Amino acid sequence: MVREKTFGSQAFDVLLIVLLSLIALVCILPIWYTLAVSLSQKTAAAAGLVHLWPVGFNFNSYNEIMGDRKFFHAFGISIERVLLGASISFIVTVLMAYPLSKNTRDFRMRNAIMWILVFCMLFNGGLIPWYETVKSIGLINSIWGLVLANSVPFFNVILVVNYFRNLPKELEEAALVDGAGPWYILFRLFVPLSVPVLATVTLFMIVYHWNEFFNGLVLTSTVDHYPLQTYIQQLVVVIDTQNMTEDQLRKLSELSNQTLNAAKIFIAMIPVLVVYPFLQRFFIHGITLGSVKE
Amino acid sequence: MQNKGFAKHYYLMLLPGFVWLAIFSIVPMFGLVIAFQDYNPGVGVFHSDWIGFDNFSYMFSLNDSRTIFFNTIFIAVLKIIANLIVPLVFALMLNELRITVFKRWIQTIVYLPHFLSWVILAGILLDILSYTGPVNQVLSLFGVKPILFFAKASWFPGIVVGSDVWKEFGFNTIIYLAALTGINPSLYEAAAVDGATRLQRLRNVTLPGISATIVLLAALSLGNVLNANFDQIFNLYNPLVYSTGDIIDTWVYRTGLLNLQYGLATAVGLLKSVVSFLLITLSYILASKFANYRIF
Repeated sequence: MVREKTFGSQAFDVLLIVLLSLIALVCILPIWYTLAVSLSQKTAAAAGLVHLWPVGFNFNSYNEIMGDRKFFHAFGISIERVLLGASISFIVTVLMAYPLSKNTRDFRMRNAIMWILVFCMLFNGGLIPWYETVKSIGLINSIWGLVLANSVPFFNVILVVNYFRNLPKELEEAALVDGAGPWYILFRLFVPLSVPVLATVTLFMIVYHWNEFFNGLVLTSTVDHYPLQTYIQQLVVVIDTQNMTEDQLRKLSELSNQTLNAAKIFIAMIPVLVVYPFLQRFFIHGITLGSVKE
Repeated sequence: MQNKGFAKHYYLMLLPGFVWLAIFSIVPMFGLVIAFQDYNPGVGVFHSDWIGFDNFSYMFSLNDSRTIFFNTIFIAVLKIIANLIVPLVFALMLNELRITVFKRWIQTIVYLPHFLSWVILAGILLDILSYTGPVNQVLSLFGVKPILFFAKASWFPGIVVGSDVWKEFGFNTIIYLAALTGINPSLYEAAAVDGATRLQRLRNVTLPGISATIVLLAALSLGNVLNANFDQIFNLYNPLVYSTGDIIDTWVYRTGLLNLQYGLATAVGLLKSVVSFLLITLSYILASKFANYRIF
């Protein structure tokens, strides 16, 4: 990069730093604010006295959550869902990506299958037929409905296919000469060599299953089966704003238990806050490598 | 070179994915016939009455359908435009930054909202934009009376587009940054030797260098014209803002699953699926033509 020491250029650098800092601040402040509210006194939060720092610092709302059986039940269901959902989609994605990364010379049906998959990704039956299907095979109020009801994450398959295709051909040929079969090549060669992209798609699936609320809303009918996002959605969003008049909406801040809700929202964020900084370096590589082809 | 006998292993590898796909993707496609039926969930698809295009003609006679189609396209188009421009400007600013450590910090922070769900963000937004919330407090410093953001239909599209940009601009920046690193550094050096200022370098080296990416993203975003984001709007809206905030997906949910008008909701959903499919196909054709883009 070319470096310059002119005054204009340096003033520009300073302006840039200030501006970018402000933008970053705007991204993080709402989260910080939620944390501050959750650690404040109920009355102070309801009166709108909390700004950037907790008013009347206490852990009451977190203590209250400790005794909330429903919250932890929903939390547990979300954990279960993430573990099952991410492992299943990992295995299926890897298994599908390998044959599809072959060229048509080695696997004649490759293109035909690829087009079927693309069609299924772009065209769908819509909400009602999907719901009726899931219901008819008995996945209402079942963890398997939450884990499986959305189709194969085909965008992830494409990322992995493109990554596999860019691996050096010679490696596979050498393994073939040594007598390795396709399963051995896939799991002992391709998978270890594809850690960045596999970490990326796994992160996407973890975040997807953790964040998804709609299947929980539609496919489960009682709070015993809600995943965490659905539980929070019912608690914070629905009760607050659905079927309210303007007047009721005005009184909202006094009615709802802001500190408790903020604490629940914050706890629901923690897994993402913890997981994502570690995987950040992977996903930038994963996305760009998987999407760019030679 | 490869063993011919491998094909059967390949089919075996594809099997689990295909079973999954068949159940949750292909079977529901056959369920689309509900759109042409007076569907009765009690007796199922095979015994419900066929009514031809009655659901469609009823749909076009509803005032709702004009509202939801307009709202969907209006919100989606605003989002598409904002989500092309804001990340581009941000990426250009980030690219001019010379302190690597600081750059990395900024990136880590601005990616974060992308990974939070709309349930969480709606919870936060409802609080921040509430009557006594921080936004109204800041406004009151300037003498503005408190605004009930979520009770005014005129505010709703702005809130939706603004919060969507806020959530996604950091993540959308990644693809621009990747394109920026692809620009040959010697071009900058040559421009500097020729006496180009930073602004001139931006205009004559950087922008041309990523123009292909901009065109590509613009072409691909065409496929999203009917996707205004269910998750976001469903978690933010309320009956007071239906007139400007109700979109196809939220309407289908309420009409189908809450009011049990299965046939009507499926008809609207089918129309959306078909139009979306055509738009996405068109956008891929444009992308491959103008930016040489292939999905695989």
